[in-house]
Amino acid sequence: MSTTTESPSRRQATHPGERIAEWTDGRLGLYKLAKSNLRKIFPDHWSFMLGEVCLYSFVILILTGVYLTLFFHPSMSEVVYHGPYAPLQGVRMSDAYASTMHISFEVRGGLLVRQIHHWAALIFIAGMIVHMMRVFFTGGFRKPREINWLFGWTLLFLGMFTGFTGYSLPDDLLSGTGVRFMEGAILSTPLIGTYLSMFLFGGEFPGHDFVSRFYSVHILLLPGLMAGLLTAHLILIFYHKHTQFPGAGKTEKNVVGTPLLPIYTAKAGGFFFLVFGVISAIAAMVTINPIWTMGPYRPDQVSTGAQPDWYMGFSEGLIRVMPGWEIRAWGHTLVLGVFIPLMIFPLVLMAIAVYPFVESWITGDKREHHILDRPRNRPVRTGFGVAWLTLYFVLLIGGGNDIWATHFHLSINAITWFVRIGFFVLPVLTYWITKRICLGLQRRDRDKVLHGRETGIIKRLPHGEFIEVHEPLSQQQLHVLTAHAQPRPIDLGPEFDENGVARKTSPVAKLQARMSRNFYGENSAIPKPTAEEFEEITAGHGHH
Amino acid sequence: MSDETGSHNDVSENLPSAHGGHSGDVVKPDPFANPGLPPHEYRRQDIDEKAAKHSERVVAGLFGLSMLGTIGFIACFVIFPVDKIVYIFPFGHVSALNFSLGLTLAVALLGIGVGAVHWARTLMSDEEIVDERHRADADDELRENIRQQWITGARESGFGRRKLIRTTMYGAMALVPLAGVVLLRDLGPLPEDKLRHTLWSKGKVLINSNTNRPLRPEDVAVGSLTFAQPEGLQESDEDFQQQIAKAALMIVRLKPEDIKDKQEADWGHQGIVAFSKICTHVGCPISLYEQQTHHVLCPCHQSTFDLSDGARVIFGPAGHPLPQLRISVNGDGNLVALGDFAVPVGPAFWER
Repeated sequence: MSTTTESPSRRQATHPGERIAEWTDGRLGLYKLAKSNLRKIFPDHWSFMLGEVCLYSFVILILTGVYLTLFFHPSMSEVVYHGPYAPLQGVRMSDAYASTMHISFEVRGGLLVRQIHHWAALIFIAGMIVHMMRVFFTGGFRKPREINWLFGWTLLFLGMFTGFTGYSLPDDLLSGTGVRFMEGAILSTPLIGTYLSMFLFGGEFPGHDFVSRFYSVHILLLPGLMAGLLTAHLILIFYHKHTQFPGAGKTEKNVVGTPLLPIYTAKAGGFFFLVFGVISAIAAMVTINPIWTMGPYRPDQVSTGAQPDWYMGFSEGLIRVMPGWEIRAWGHTLVLGVFIPLMIFPLVLMAIAVYPFVESWITGDKREHHILDRPRNRPVRTGFGVAWLTLYFVLLIGGGNDIWATHFHLSINAITWFVRIGFFVLPVLTYWITKRICLGLQRRDRDKVLHGRETGIIKRLPHGEFIEVHEPLSQQQLHVLTAHAQPRPIDLGPEFDENGVARKTSPVAKLQARMSRNFYGENSAIPKPTAEEFEEITAGHGHH
Repeated sequence: MSDETGSHNDVSENLPSAHGGHSGDVVKPDPFANPGLPPHEYRRQDIDEKAAKHSERVVAGLFGLSMLGTIGFIACFVIFPVDKIVYIFPFGHVSALNFSLGLTLAVALLGIGVGAVHWARTLMSDEEIVDERHRADADDELRENIRQQWITGARESGFGRRKLIRTTMYGAMALVPLAGVVLLRDLGPLPEDKLRHTLWSKGKVLINSNTNRPLRPEDVAVGSLTFAQPEGLQESDEDFQQQIAKAALMIVRLKPEDIKDKQEADWGHQGIVAFSKICTHVGCPISLYEQQTHHVLCPCHQSTFDLSDGARVIFGPAGHPLPQLRISVNGDGNLVALGDFAVPVGPAFWER
């Protein structure tokens, strides 16, 4: 490389902003980065904003969280309360609880920021689940986006633990009960449970350490990991370019939409303020986690109707409905009644994490996909997703069985048994129902393509017959309803070759073929209309 | 644009040919062909400068509203004392500061948000643009090039040839994280028998947790539920939380003839029985007592124990009965423990 001077023909930058850009370009290669990104095309669909909700609530969490660290004391040393909140006068509490009281009652705006932080956390995790479901049901996780699916899933997983460690920090009676539950669950681990508990709490529960330890995990370790994953998630969205729904002009090889500058910058940038504004309004109007009504944590006290934050309700349901199995032998106890729920919790989440790889193995599909599926056209996947959600919600009911019992005057035993049976039966049932609905919708699509849209106009013909006028679909609608591929399932070929010798097929291949039949076979697809069928009908009948 | 029709013809060799009649060799116009991007439709603002001016005023108005919101926020911060409570329908009695700050902040933020989105939707070009995608994977030439570079680099390192270096490197890399693991040792003490023992021992007086006075048999009425803790344990003690987490006690008095379990009756005093208050499921304190049925319920996960029958589990996820403390009366007429619990209290664990 020789030293080069700038070419004389190069236009001198005049605007100060342009000069800054020139300066940066000379050092970071800004223009090369901007070349493919400044006018990056983003397709427009309302469901694509779900991920944005998550991104923005994460930013809000960081902003408000940093503010809260300025006032919060992550310490469990005992203090006696002498603040403005009269009911707790003279009560012993940890410094963590007292400083949270201080934020809520003495720091101006402190309560608002606390409430924004907590509401944003609930919305963050709810947003991630809904966003994940959007990606799942539309097949947005398929090649080349499997890795980004895993990044997103890990964000959800870490988000739940960040939430748990966060709401445990004030050391109030409710969150302390949740931490005790966690300790009890850890104790159930075979062999090392008591060691894990002692190491986590710095001795016996509750000890004097867990708030400061949770604090460093909550404000440094987990958010740090999440910020990294989030950046990678966004970089991959830019790299792959966003998926799009089938539609006029949209193909697997292009992306149709509006550019990052200016439309998307304005819309997405504005959307950040919308999310922040809505959360502020909620925080102004709806109290969340009023720790002053719960009081400081004491291991020998508890309130009724204790509930974790909603995203932990699923694990709460597992622990509540599990029968109390304990196996005692050779001087040891295997606490299955707690350990099994503790293991099912990550397993259920794993099931959805590995799904893209399972589906790609079943279908043998290694192609890139950028056009999203309509959920009805993949009944097995849609059914699996609904079954997964059903499991989640059944356990959420189990997690609040006392609330359900008191609010709806039901027997708690009956609810518990409903959840125990529903855990196994309802996912199967909803899978089957969803599949039927998908097939019904496919039939309807086929019908619409061949016979047009029902207009609701009834016409009487000269000879007295009544007919309903069907309006032919536009070319765009015809395309959208027929754009999906209907691959044939994997065929293993005949069991015996032409000489009558049994062919060797591995059990794995047989399983794959069976699953593939289930996925793509006749029971999962209504054949979409062929061009011949379409022409025959449209030519034969003329127009109705 | 019309040569590509979604995924119709895009079937690789990995998949059997697509269903349907789209792969026939006779070239016929496909009735379902992708019609291509529809012509751009102009909005009113694109053709009518008056409408565009109106949009401009709306956006500017929203940004202006946002400024007012911020000014209002600062004003509320200064005006309202932090402890002022006001009644606002339908929210009830709320903190004036929290309510006003939250809503003014919402106005300030929503003004910007709605303004920006309205600007984008009405004034910025909404013409859809088509961009090409590129496959993620490299072409054959690049792949071969990278493979050669890798091979050259690997050969130059001698990694494959000098096995001793490779093996020792793996060993060193595998061992070095152990240093970090060892460092975690002092996170806490070893469990030893800490979970087996509580503060209770022979002769320790039961102190009523509410009155802080020794508990006497005549204080415990049939049908009542009393919480007790060992004498000497003070709230101000350094390890109060750890001790109360194990020693918390639940005292009930049953009619002696109602007690079904013989050992339970023997370990009590005239029908007064003392059980651990800590649930054997995951350790919540049990606090709901039904005096007619003698059932206690843990409010966390609804484990239910029958206190008239050795506190056995009759419902819920708990795996074993609540441990009973053996009690009697001392010379002063106070209830005392006759020793520690016979089994560990609280949740079950491996060494239990």
